[in-house]
This record gives sequence, C-alpha cells and structure tokens, in this order.
Amino acid sequence: MDILIAAILTIITAATPLLFAALGELVTEKSGVLNLGVEGMMIMGAIIGFVAVHHTGSASVAIIASMVAGAFMASIFAILVLKFHARQVPTGLALTIFGLGLSALIGQSMIGVAYTGIPKIAIPGLASIPVIGNILFNQDGLVYLSILMVIVVYWFMNKTRAGLILRAVGDSHDAAHAMGYSVVKIRFMAILFGGAMAGVGGAYLSLAYSPLWVEGMTAGRGWIALALVVFASWKVGRVLLGAYLFGGITILQLHAQALGIGIPSQVMSMLPYLATILVLVFISRDKTKIKLNSPASLGKPFHESR
Amino acid sequence: MTEKSEYLIELTGMRKAFPGVLATDNVDLKIRRGEVHALLGENGAGKSTLVKMIYGILKPDAGEIRFNGETVDIKNPAHARELGVAMVFQHFSLFDSLTVVENISLGMDQKSDMKTLATKITDVSERYGLPLDPHRHVYTLSVGERQRIEIIRCLLQEPKLLIMDEPTSVLTPQEVDKLFITLRRLGEEGLAILYISHKLDEIKALCDDATILRLGKKVGGVSVAEESTGSLAAMMMGEELKEFKQAAKVTVGDIRLEAKDLNMIASDPLGISLKNINLEVRAGEVVGIAGVAGNGQDELLTALNGEHRNNNPESIYIEGKASANLNPNQRRELGMASVPEKRLGHGAMPDMNLIDNAFLTAYDRLGFIKSGLIDYAKTRKFAKEVIRDFNVKTPRANVPAASLSGGNLQKFIIGREFKQKPSILVVSQPTWGVDAGAAQTIREAIREMASQGAAVLVISQDLDELMEISDRIGAICGGVLSKFYPIEEIIIEKMGLLMAGVELEDGVQNVA
Repeated sequence: MDILIAAILTIITAATPLLFAALGELVTEKSGVLNLGVEGMMIMGAIIGFVAVHHTGSASVAIIASMVAGAFMASIFAILVLKFHARQVPTGLALTIFGLGLSALIGQSMIGVAYTGIPKIAIPGLASIPVIGNILFNQDGLVYLSILMVIVVYWFMNKTRAGLILRAVGDSHDAAHAMGYSVVKIRFMAILFGGAMAGVGGAYLSLAYSPLWVEGMTAGRGWIALALVVFASWKVGRVLLGAYLFGGITILQLHAQALGIGIPSQVMSMLPYLATILVLVFISRDKTKIKLNSPASLGKPFHESR
Repeated sequence: MTEKSEYLIELTGMRKAFPGVLATDNVDLKIRRGEVHALLGENGAGKSTLVKMIYGILKPDAGEIRFNGETVDIKNPAHARELGVAMVFQHFSLFDSLTVVENISLGMDQKSDMKTLATKITDVSERYGLPLDPHRHVYTLSVGERQRIEIIRCLLQEPKLLIMDEPTSVLTPQEVDKLFITLRRLGEEGLAILYISHKLDEIKALCDDATILRLGKKVGGVSVAEESTGSLAAMMMGEELKEFKQAAKVTVGDIRLEAKDLNMIASDPLGISLKNINLEVRAGEVVGIAGVAGNGQDELLTALNGEHRNNNPESIYIEGKASANLNPNQRRELGMASVPEKRLGHGAMPDMNLIDNAFLTAYDRLGFIKSGLIDYAKTRKFAKEVIRDFNVKTPRANVPAASLSGGNLQKFIIGREFKQKPSILVVSQPTWGVDAGAAQTIREAIREMASQGAAVLVISQDLDELMEISDRIGAICGGVLSKFYPIEEIIIEKMGLLMAGVELEDGVQNVA
C-alpha cells in the first residue's frame, strides 16, 4: 500500500512537467507551427526558475521567471520562422541545442546549490480524506496549475471564437488569410504560449521534481512532450491521459529497480522512449483520426503574398 | 438608405500591376441594384484581380471605387463585408478539419453562438434548396457540397453585392436551375450580383449586363439580351470561337477496358464504395459518366487506374487481360493513361517543374531512361512539345507546376498523357475551371484520341460537355453506375434523373 501511494505521488510529479510542455506545444501545433525547440525552452525555464528562486527565495517569482524565459526562447523561434520564413524543423532543432548550451553557461554557479522545493498546498477539507486526500489534494501549486491549464486550454480551443480562429489558421493559413485573419499575429501568440508552458514544465523539474540544478536535467522530456502531442492526436484530454501514462512508465523503472526486478536498469530507462515509438506507430495507423485532428498546415511556411 | 447614385457600385480606372504583368489596366465596371452583372473573360484576363480589389484582398495601384455614390477605400475583406460585399470564391476558402457551422462562423463578422448559427444555416439551406448538414466536417464533403457552404455563408451576411466566381461548374442541371431561380429571386429582392463565368449560355440565361475583359483591359460593356453567345465569345477571345466539330465517327472496335461486377470498399471510411460496376469501353468511342460530385467518381477513377487495387483480378479487364490487381505502372504498360480530377498533388507534383512532371508518367512508354539515368534532353524535348502543341502558357518548361494557372496546368497534364498515345484513356473532370478556349482544345483532343482508335472514358460533372463529346453516356450515383445510353437517344432532363440514381424504365423514349 505504501509503495502504491509513493508510486502514485511520484507519477504525478513525473507527469506534470510533461503535461505543461505538451499542452503548450499542442496550442502551438494547432496554429500550424511545429516547434521542435521544446527541450531547449524547458531547460531554460528550469535554470532561470532555479536562479530566480536562489536569489529571491520566492517560488512565485521563480515560476513567472521560468515562463518569461520559455517565452523569450519561443520569441526567437517565432521571429525567425514567421518574419524571416526560416524552416521550422531546423530552427526548432537549433533552439533546443541553443537552450541546452545557454542553460549550462548560466547554471555554472548553480551546481551543488540546494533548494528545499516549492511548498505543498493542502486544500482544506479535501486533503484530509483518507488515502486519496493526501495523494490528490496535498500537492504543490504547479500540479494544480497543470490540471487547471488542461481545462483552460480545452475550453479555449473548443469553446471560444479565438480558439476556433487558431484552429482555422492551423488548418489552412491561406484561407484564414483570405478571410482577413492575421496569421502571423495568431501564430506568434501561440508560439509564445507554447514557450511559456515549456518554461514552467522545465521549472517544475528544477523546483519540485528534483530541486537542484543539473546540466541537461530535462533529459529528453521535451521530446517526449512532442511525441505526446501526436499520441494525443492533438486532443487536450488525451494529452492529460498521455502525460500520466508516460509519467507512470518513467516511475515504473525506478520502482522496478527498488523492488529488485532483475531487468538491467538501462533497459528500464529505455521504456518511456520505447513506449513513445510504439504508441506513435500505433496512432498513425488510424488515418481518419489523424486527418480529423492534425493541423493541415503544420510545419508549412506562410507567405502573405500567395 | 439614401440612394445617391443609380449604381450600387462604380469602379473607374482600376489598375493593378504585379511584377512583370499588368493584371488590370484602366478597367471600369458599374453595377445597378438588383442587377445580375456578368464579368466575362478568359483565364488571365484580370477578372480575379478585379474582384479581389472589390473584396479588399488586393490594393489597387490606381482607380476609384464608389459604393452608393460615395468614394470608398476598401481596406480589407472585413471592411468589404461591412459595406455589404460578399464573395463566393472559385477556390473555396474552407477549413477541412472544421465543421460546416464552424467554417461559416469564421467568415461571419457579427458573432453568434453555434446553435443559433446552425439553425440559421438549416433555414437558408432549405429555403434555397441547398441541402447541407451544419455539423459535418468539411473534409467529408464533396466539391458541390463545399460550394454550398460558401453560398450559404454569403447569404447569411445579407449582402448588397454578391460576387460569384464560376459557381455552377459542380452542379447538376436541376441544381443549376434551382440556383438560378434563387439568384433571380435575390436579384428581385434588390441584391446586385456580379457573376463570373466562362459558360456563355448561363450568362445568356441569367445576366442582364456584361463587362468583358481581355488581357487586363475592358473590351466591352454590353446588354446581354442584345448579344448572342457567339458575339460574347468573340469579344472575350478576340476571335470568333470555332464551332466544335464532331470528328467523323469511326467504326467502334474491340473492347479495350471492361469492368465486371467491380466492387470496391472505400479505403477512406467516409468515401463512397463502388457497387457492382459494369462497363465496357471500345476502341474508337468516348464513353461519358455524369454525376454530382462525391458520388464515387474519384473511387471509380482510382479503381480503374490502379491506385486502389482489387483482390479479384477479373473484375477489371484491360486489353483483355485480367488486371484489377495490377498497379498503375503495370496498367500503363498495358496502354492505359489516366488524368485525375485534382491537378496539384494528384495529376502533378506542385513543386516539381514541368519537365520532371512530364518524366513521371511518360518515362516508361517513351523511354526517358538511358542506362539507368534520366535522359533529360529527351524529356525536355517532350515537355516542350506538350507545351507547344497544347498551347500551355508558361514562360519556360522548368517552372514549378504550382505556378501555372489551373487551366494551363490541365492542358499540360492532358497533353502529357495524350502524347504518350495510350490505347485507353480515363479522364476525370477534364475542363473544370478551364477557360472556354482551352476547354474546347481539350474536348477536341479527346475526340481526336477516340478517332485515332483509343478507348476513352470521361468522368465529368459538366453535363453539356459530356453531351457534346460522348458516344454513350451513363451516370454514377452513390457508387452505383447506371446503364449506358447512346447519346442520340437521351436528353438532358433524363440525364438529371440518372444522376439522381433513378433508373429509366422501358428504355428512354417512354419516360415522359
């Protein structure tokens, strides 16, 4: 029982950074832009968040700083891609490499610095429910925020006119332009949102998951977040499901080791990535679903003159 | 409203230049309230440029637009809609992954919630005979249904001026009649309509006045009633339109292409499955298949040309050989060529140049490969021959296919296939969106192919075209193919019944 509770608690912490980053990337991709720089934006969020908390001691300031850092990285991408029509795929890859390098530079003095982790907030009443109360309602603020963001993004995408316009831009930027919508402006906002969310996802790693700074600590989570968006076939609810599924697999390896299951740890560490590949193969078999939900203009450059 | 001017909209001296081209030069256009005004011209005459300036998509270099007598500077499409201009585009501005109601909502300036809008859509669609389910996703809809979205969207705006760009190319004769009734009624209600079309008989039937453009210049402003289709065409083309001459009938030969109880489950779950298709096409004849868009035409074409294969090889015979399991290249080797409806991305690779596009379907039959490498000299020569013989307007042969206008690309694709001298030719929508002159060239070429002994199958939504070039004609509806009738024995109204899936009883003559 204790192992189970511990496992669930760690699944939540493993899933939260994925959930943030994937939600942000989902919004970006729905607007028709493929930003492969998620890993780079996450790690910048992680280091800037950590630096901010080290200097100010305030978790809130740190979280806001990480959002700004992610959005700043995203704005570089947005300007290159939207204004200078750079190809999205190589630009995104460059952003990741840039982010990994820059974060290592900024983080040199942060190696070995300790932080207690952002405080947990117990929701009065609910937190005292036996067993599940402590699991679900005694978490840090970012976990609650991640769930709130699922609802907000779902509502925005499916219930608001702005969300409809965003989906329309992702489906056919030429048609949207012909109707008089500003494709560049809408995509710029979507990219910034994606960056801010990746930034918080990264900050969750350095502030809550393992509260310290290690170079390259995102360890490929940005790529899993990207895969999650496809796994979820661009649906918000399935991003939530997928993030917890992948979080679970990540944790499974740790607990399997703790329980002394005789599988080499390297094989276990491969699991989340292996699962990603299998899931992507499985998902892409269903053409109708892909056709219905995938943004048709994804990755295509937009030139106003055409 | 204070009506200061006799005209709803007056354009004077409209000029727009693009790098290297003067698209419109000093063009005038005046439309009265309640008038159906035709804008005539071949592809590249400047019609699209002109209407894009009215709709605020393009900024004129010079010229004045007066709306209700007042000079306006139309800044963007939203501003145009605010003034009361609505437009049905030739290339639909639709979002495939969104539903009908979401699409319409995006084009509306006054916001309303989806439920109210869906009800309004149903109302308008019923009132004007344009059936449409507001909650379907656009990618599941046929071309004809997609056009209905555009028309309904415009009508919901309650516009003062409705611009329609080639609106009837995808409708059945009955639907065209209904649309014309709708348009005339809208005209009586005071709506001005700017009607762009290549179909001269439609303009004769519907329009009051006409403005004719050629090469960016206005060459005529006439009252339609005082003109004949011939004189309109002459103004439009700058020469008398040659009457289509039916090539001398050749004796019909052996069966070249045959389908026997062909059944195909649609690979797209939302596509149309083919049910018990039986047809035969003989050497020297043109067989026409009519039908409203989205009734299995694409599926039939891809089943015949090998893009979709059937496990039972005996359901299709090509030159007497059971072929339903062969791939497109194997079928090409047997002598079959095909021209699909969609030009970019199906008939041609958009980003590849014309030479490469010529290579892709012709390399085998015409031997463009020399010791494992592409013989570019030979391929280029072939591409240039196609461009010359089919009068494809392009600066060079090595421009991307996507840079050609729809009509010119179609001429190129048709020419590429025709020049390979296939013994069987399957063509879908050969002249959709192609101007009158080019359409005539293509139709003549199709007849010419047959008279040289090829078996030709034409799938088209343009009934007039089929009546003109076919020897035998049938219709497809819901994936079921009707019987075929000799062209002499059938009239256009009966074709309408066939297209609606009604089998004619006791032969053709007895149906009243």
